[in-house]
Amino acid sequence: MASNKKYWKSEAELNPNDSIVEALRQNEFVEDIPVDEFLGDKETLESTNTNRRDFLKYVGFSTAAASLAACEGPVIKSIPYVVAPENIVPGVANYYATTIANGFDFASILIKTREGRPIKVENNKEANVGGGANARVQASVLSLYDSTRLQGPKSAEGDVSWDVIDAAVKSKLNSGKQVALLTQTYSSPSTSRLIAEFKEVNNNVRHVTYDAISEEAALAAFEARYGERAMADYDFEKADLIVSFGADFLGDWQGGGYDAGYAKGRVPKNGKMSRHVQFESNMSLTGANADKRVPLSSQFQKVALAYVYAKLNGTSAGGDLPADAQRVLDGVVSGIRKTKSRAVIVSGIDDVNVQAVVLAINEMLGSEAFDVKAPRYTRQGNVAEVQSLIADMKAGKVGVLVVDGVNPMYSMPNAADFKEAVEKVDVSVVFSTNWNETTVVSTYAAAANHYLESWGDAQIKKGHYSLMQPTIKELFDTRQLQASLLKWLGSDKSYYDYIKETWSTLILNGNDFNKAVHDGVYVAGESVADPVLMVSNADKEVDASENESDGVSVNINAAVSALAGSTSGDGMELLLYSKVGMGDGQQANNPWLQEFPDPITRVSWDNYVTVSKADAERLELINENVANGGLDGSYATISANGVSVTAPVIIQPGQAKGTIGLSFGYGKKEGMKSEMKTGVNAFALYQGFNKIQSVSLSKADGNHEFACIQLHKTLMGRGDIIKETTLEIFNTKDHAEWNHVPQVSLNHQEVPATSVDLWDSFDRTIGHHFNMSIDLNACTGCGACVIACHAENNVPVVGKAEVRKSRDMHWLRIDRYYSSEESFEADNTKKNEFDGLSGDNGSLGGFGELEDPSANPQVAFQPVMCQHCNHAPCETVCPVAATSHSRQGQNHMAYNRCVGTRYCANNCPYKVRRFNWFLYNNNDEFDFHMNNDLGKMVVNPDVNVRSRGVIEKCSMCIQKTQKSILDAKRDGRPVADEEFQTACSSACNSGAIVFGDINDAESEVAELKESNRMYHLLEHVGTKPNVFYHVKVRNTTEA
Amino acid sequence: MKKVTYRNRISKVLGFSILVFLFTSNSLLAQAEPVADASVEQVAEASGGDAAAGKSLFNQNCAACHSLNRKMTGPALANVESRLAEDEGLDRQWLYAWIKNSPGMIKSGDAYANKIYNEYNKAAMTAFPTLSNTDIDNILAYTAAGPVAATTTATLPGDPVQAKSTGISNEIILGALALVFALLVFMLISVNKTLRRVMQANGVDVEKESPKGLPIWKAFAKNQFLVLVTTIFLLLGSAYFAYGWMMQVGVDQGYEPIQPIHYSHRIHAGDNKIECKYCHSSARKSKTSGIPSLNVCMNCHKSIYQVADATLAEGKQYGIDYNEEIQKLYSAVGWDEENQKYTGETKAVEWVRVHNLPDFAYFNHSQHVEVGEIACQTCHGPVEEMEIMSQYSPLTMGWCVNCHRETEVKVEGNEYYAKIHEELSKKYGVETLTAAQMGGLECGKCHY
Repeated sequence: MASNKKYWKSEAELNPNDSIVEALRQNEFVEDIPVDEFLGDKETLESTNTNRRDFLKYVGFSTAAASLAACEGPVIKSIPYVVAPENIVPGVANYYATTIANGFDFASILIKTREGRPIKVENNKEANVGGGANARVQASVLSLYDSTRLQGPKSAEGDVSWDVIDAAVKSKLNSGKQVALLTQTYSSPSTSRLIAEFKEVNNNVRHVTYDAISEEAALAAFEARYGERAMADYDFEKADLIVSFGADFLGDWQGGGYDAGYAKGRVPKNGKMSRHVQFESNMSLTGANADKRVPLSSQFQKVALAYVYAKLNGTSAGGDLPADAQRVLDGVVSGIRKTKSRAVIVSGIDDVNVQAVVLAINEMLGSEAFDVKAPRYTRQGNVAEVQSLIADMKAGKVGVLVVDGVNPMYSMPNAADFKEAVEKVDVSVVFSTNWNETTVVSTYAAAANHYLESWGDAQIKKGHYSLMQPTIKELFDTRQLQASLLKWLGSDKSYYDYIKETWSTLILNGNDFNKAVHDGVYVAGESVADPVLMVSNADKEVDASENESDGVSVNINAAVSALAGSTSGDGMELLLYSKVGMGDGQQANNPWLQEFPDPITRVSWDNYVTVSKADAERLELINENVANGGLDGSYATISANGVSVTAPVIIQPGQAKGTIGLSFGYGKKEGMKSEMKTGVNAFALYQGFNKIQSVSLSKADGNHEFACIQLHKTLMGRGDIIKETTLEIFNTKDHAEWNHVPQVSLNHQEVPATSVDLWDSFDRTIGHHFNMSIDLNACTGCGACVIACHAENNVPVVGKAEVRKSRDMHWLRIDRYYSSEESFEADNTKKNEFDGLSGDNGSLGGFGELEDPSANPQVAFQPVMCQHCNHAPCETVCPVAATSHSRQGQNHMAYNRCVGTRYCANNCPYKVRRFNWFLYNNNDEFDFHMNNDLGKMVVNPDVNVRSRGVIEKCSMCIQKTQKSILDAKRDGRPVADEEFQTACSSACNSGAIVFGDINDAESEVAELKESNRMYHLLEHVGTKPNVFYHVKVRNTTEA
Repeated sequence: MKKVTYRNRISKVLGFSILVFLFTSNSLLAQAEPVADASVEQVAEASGGDAAAGKSLFNQNCAACHSLNRKMTGPALANVESRLAEDEGLDRQWLYAWIKNSPGMIKSGDAYANKIYNEYNKAAMTAFPTLSNTDIDNILAYTAAGPVAATTTATLPGDPVQAKSTGISNEIILGALALVFALLVFMLISVNKTLRRVMQANGVDVEKESPKGLPIWKAFAKNQFLVLVTTIFLLLGSAYFAYGWMMQVGVDQGYEPIQPIHYSHRIHAGDNKIECKYCHSSARKSKTSGIPSLNVCMNCHKSIYQVADATLAEGKQYGIDYNEEIQKLYSAVGWDEENQKYTGETKAVEWVRVHNLPDFAYFNHSQHVEVGEIACQTCHGPVEEMEIMSQYSPLTMGWCVNCHRETEVKVEGNEYYAKIHEELSKKYGVETLTAAQMGGLECGKCHY
């Protein structure tokens, strides 16, 4: 039966007279297709004599030609040494012990060289003093190959020879005017001796040490109390209670390098771990690791410190504190009373009174963690002397100014002042590895060696000496200051000979110099320290009169009452700080460090004003995640004393209300690649070399585009990602309670997720089976592993714009989570109590609330790299089998097989796979280091440089495990446990990352795997990863 | 198609070199050996020693540092006796004493001994107390036959007179041959003509038979089934060859580039039986076998400044003058032959890499050579027979994988394998394990 149903597509069709219906019947499209628009205008199209056929011919011809040309392989040349050096075997790495002492970072390190090229920084296990290699030190090897380095001495007219500079300096020596050396902190015995000698031979020589970020207060307080210009050393491993008043000791506080000791005390052993209470204004790395963090402006920190001193002393000090801070402080005081010598107090406030009181308290407690007998020498800068030098320069009293290792035109708050002063100096010679703000105003820019090309030494801590040896010949026509001083002295000695002489006569006490060079470190008995070796002591004699004004004797009682009475200035309190990635900005031209995401804000390629949420609301400052996945922020202007700086704003959870933060190290302009000119210069606000400034903050126009790699800030109550518990529960309850294995339903029965398996498991009991352990208690989030991974695995730098598009390539990231409530535990409780979808307690609104971090959140760090799942979801979806599993537990990635479908990245629950959107090497669009011959020298020859269109990811450093295995095979022995390392595990100073073979029952990692703190990330997914984590335990014991 | 290109090139070069060889070799094969021998004998009689015995003694004891006609570590020794007698007034007794105990002579303060000692960088000559006076007589007899080497050098290649004189005879032979061929061709043509004429004269009909049925190709074209089958076979066949051709794109088996210095593995590894790893020492501990640095060459070539005549003649087959190649080495390494010193002016040698693995494949020589104890020849072929180094193996992944499947791992005596071997052999129920069973086929073992 025929149907007379009428089907219609649109209402218009119902009306037979509608013109649209007719039009549609005639034309497929209602509107004209704008062919001309996308093919170009009609006229040009018609006027051209290339028709379609020609076009096809060209295409055909060029395709054929290209394929024919591709058939002929390139001729590859191989150029061996003409005369091979004895100790270089092509393909085998050599390691040299050396020391970095660039005035900001001091560490004894090993340098891995391949065919004579330094390619990687490793920790020197024999060095037991100072820090290991932090992120900046790890990255310093790339600064050696910076293509913007000064390649020879220069004057304003252009290139000059060293003879010209030598002659210019020599002609001005002994001219009656002063000869001033303005340098970084060397803490170098040989340099001190050399400068002393230089002073003896020449009249009127003065040596002024200048630190870009000054520790004047700590130095002055220590000097007043102990008679030596140095800083107390701390071993946080020996402390059960750590109380910090604004000291970012896991960052760069007093030279940094305290994380290893701290982390050791943080891992619960026999039911005990240290407790860490932090009072601070900015959210620092240290605060993020604290058991209890109290956001407090520095004014209140001072009052609190005075309160603690008074309480312990049995007296009382005035001053009011916010109630919650007061409560925590009372807990701290009773805690200190209990732990006594096992407690330690530190502070980072630039105030002599504060530092004096800190020393007094620690001495009063007899703190075991506190060491004044062998203090640290890593900061020697003297503000008063710097200021008097500038005054003398302005008065025209200085004939020669030699600057080394510092960039005062950039790092002085009164740069204009310095410029005026330099112009009055007859000859100024600036030793610098790069063209910078100071070389611009100087007579001569003396191209200096990178530390990897230099000889040198350092006394990081009293009696603990380190040697610096070159690991490569000077790449350019450069000379270090010490060599120049020797030349100006008329000596024909090399600086190496000079160091050897210094060490043999003054330090080694008959021990072998070559052994010291080999080890890189030498520990002397206490008696050895010679006064001539210490810069500070030499300077003290000269400037004793000036130091008096700094308060050589600090009256503690007066100091305490001064602190108790401290009041806030009007406006906001700015705390300037140094970022883990950038430090004082010496290596601002280092792309690894620029791309290194800040551990707290997770922002790369920028510095910014950190503002508390309350203040942001008041000033209408916003952060928003925009549609393209980037983070945008308002601009704000900081003004103080006529200086104003406009910087983008990051709303920082945990920032004390009424305070803001801004980091040093950015905003460099001279001698920088355009990509690296990021951020604003915070040194402009560093008035009086005090990190705390009273400023006013106002909103500025415009929006800033950040390159932030983690937009989601909270855990949303997903306690199984970062498992946390308190020390009390950890000690008293069964691990099933605090380290709960997720349950799944199998045959309507709740069973542990680990017991259910979709796949047949492989037998992995034979051979090696690599596992990695990450202890969330020990991990401080410092990020040294991130840079180490960069260097080891040739991870490309992609630049700010790409990072903003979430195309960062880091194989290893350190996730940072804030709690939404007061603690993560409260988050979990809140989530579990959700009832229904909507309503007061509904999950819809509730999860929305959980997205917002608390005003003072708990913070947790979690390093995440490829988890090398035994049941890897990525492997099953790869259409070309480019990723596959090995018997050794590593998830392999054959780049040459990958066709770039990215299914694996989509199917990875951990989101650790990275896609090469572009060709990052040999591409001038990515002007970082892989596009020039110099920068490419840092590339590790054992690891592929990936091309465009492939996925890459953590390989668990298979090149390193394979090498360890091969070494053992060649020697015919089993592999020792400590031989198995990845770049991250060997870079980890705090011992958080441990790598090894779990089939070796004796190995450390096998033992860690048996720990009841062990858990896997997203265990309920059933991926059975070969990376496991250890439950984070917080010590919440209040008293 | 690279392979073919190379082969063409090789055959061209070979062909050309054979031609050149034909024209020149005769002149060089006939060396001045008999002349030399004759002169040795002549002088031997004159000086009262056995020059033939002296030659072997000289080669055993002296040749490492001395040559007859050139300065080496020590002075040139041709006619040393007469030279000493004439210039310094020293007799054979002095020579006996010097040779038997030269350090003693220097210590004793002998003027000429010290002069020589200082002249040659204060390197004292080894004392030869074992040589008897007769031995020394024999050696001196040999040295007195000095002009020998001079004769040799006179017959070095490129001597125009000699080349010309023998070249004529070659041309004559070839000319005669050509003439004979031309004659033959002419004869054949004329015979053919004559026969045709005879046929015509006899009235023999030479027209072809006309075809009776269809021509075979037309019959074939009409049989559609046959056409279809043939087409399918043709397509399959061409696909087969096309695949085969495409699979060898990028495979450079047989690649035999011309190197900046003609280094003959045949002479070094074959004739002289130098162990591969003497020069390629880094194969023992590194992933690369290493192209030897030139200072390794100089370990031997300080004293081997020219090759033996027979070897030189062999080189002519390849159009190579080995002595010139040694000179290239000297100029690259900056060796001043005159003064037996390094000038310090070096030039890097840009060798052409023969074996090129792509960057994404990791290969470690020490793993195979030291741990696996695999002979170099397994992959590199009979290098000791190669005059010009060429790529013997295809170096494809399939080739690697096949070997890993077949090769048994050398586990005996290696502590590393003790545990894993025991467990794996139990698992697989076999006594020996292949590399594949040890996990040698996993992607990540070679690709990272």
